[in-house]
Amino acid sequence: MISLKEITEKVNIKPVSSIRSLDRMVVGGYASDLLSCALRSAKKDSIWVTLQCHQNVVAVASLSGLAGVIITEGNEPDQETLTRAENEGVVLMVTPKTTFTVVGELTRLGIQGEHGTK
Amino acid sequence: MEQVPKFTKLQELIYELPIERVMKKNVIKVSPNTSMSELKEVLRVNRISGVPVLDGDQLVGIISIEDLLKALVEGDILAPVKKRMTTQTITVHESESVVEAVKKFAQHKVGRLLVVNEQGKVTGILTGGDITRGLLEAISLDYHAEEISRYRAKHIFEDILSDRTSLILRYKVKAKDFKSGGRASSKIRRALDRLGASPDVIRRIAISAYEAEMNLIIHADEGGELIAEMQPDVIRITAIDHGPGIPDVEQALSSGYSTAPNWIRELGFGAGMGLSNIQRCSDSMKLESKVGVGSKLKIVFQLKPELIEGSDQSGEQRKETT
Repeated sequence: MISLKEITEKVNIKPVSSIRSLDRMVVGGYASDLLSCALRSAKKDSIWVTLQCHQNVVAVASLSGLAGVIITEGNEPDQETLTRAENEGVVLMVTPKTTFTVVGELTRLGIQGEHGTK
Repeated sequence: MEQVPKFTKLQELIYELPIERVMKKNVIKVSPNTSMSELKEVLRVNRISGVPVLDGDQLVGIISIEDLLKALVEGDILAPVKKRMTTQTITVHESESVVEAVKKFAQHKVGRLLVVNEQGKVTGILTGGDITRGLLEAISLDYHAEEISRYRAKHIFEDILSDRTSLILRYKVKAKDFKSGGRASSKIRRALDRLGASPDVIRRIAISAYEAEMNLIIHADEGGELIAEMQPDVIRITAIDHGPGIPDVEQALSSGYSTAPNWIRELGFGAGMGLSNIQRCSDSMKLESKVGVGSKLKIVFQLKPELIEGSDQSGEQRKETT
């Protein structure tokens, strides 16, 4: 298993909220921009890659107990979203890279997307 | 890549706790004319390794067991304390946080710090051991407070007796208020956690509540109400709105079908997965709707054997729904 901190260093993504939780371990990965799909398929303690950056991303991550969210393509969450993420202990990370590139790099780090449901 | 600091509970406390909470308050002191041999007795009787030297109210120095040893070696045991004391005293303010004391210990390599108040009067003394003890006490206090409130919440169903006790939480959900999306379900999630529900149960209920809440936000004309009714063996989530109503409930239930407009889809909603997500997470779900009147979605979660801990089997025992 790999920690969020290691991921931020190796994939070069910037954590922007709840940085105190960066030692959290990641068990798998998931990518989609549809929130309901993330709720359905992203496993607890996994990392979610999406280009959505509004407050509901935080709600989905918190409800699903995700380890963290990587927001791609240079999208930056606004202050309200960051505050909410901070309050709910959700780790948001940002990168200018595309979802495809990030998922590729996460896969090389050994993070797997699990088949089926949680 | 900037180095990201990691904060532990202990580090938070070091910044939060004022020195006066951890310092020793009954300061044993000597006067400048106390002899070194008298000092030896003061240190021995009180089992301490150093004391401040006060001339009346005025702090004039500090003297430690080290100074005493040197005096013994040099045969200067009858000298007054004022001759052998260190006059450069390092003080901290009683209202400063413990981290200031930690910094001064590291900076000056001293064994104790004198604590002063607003008027510069000595009100306490602080050693590394006092800090450790103070931090441990503060942590255990925090821990106890948390434990007690958890204990009380967990036992609500045992403490309050009736033939059928239920806890009902109601939340108003505003139409098109995407920014607040998930607030009601987060609160339901927190309540379940407080009540001691197992993580698997909490997750299933939280996801269902969130989907129901988002449906109210996206589709209901005037928003609606999200209600969570909790009983020891069953939890019901109900979402009620007053329009517009669903023309074809059958179709609405089919996975992937959505009536959400494009702008909502661009936010990542409206995938047509909401109701099927709820169906998959719950034990039963019922959707009633009438065009022009409103919709009512009832979701049921059976908790076996009970809500309180040990309900880990409930995940497996729930019947399959597709």
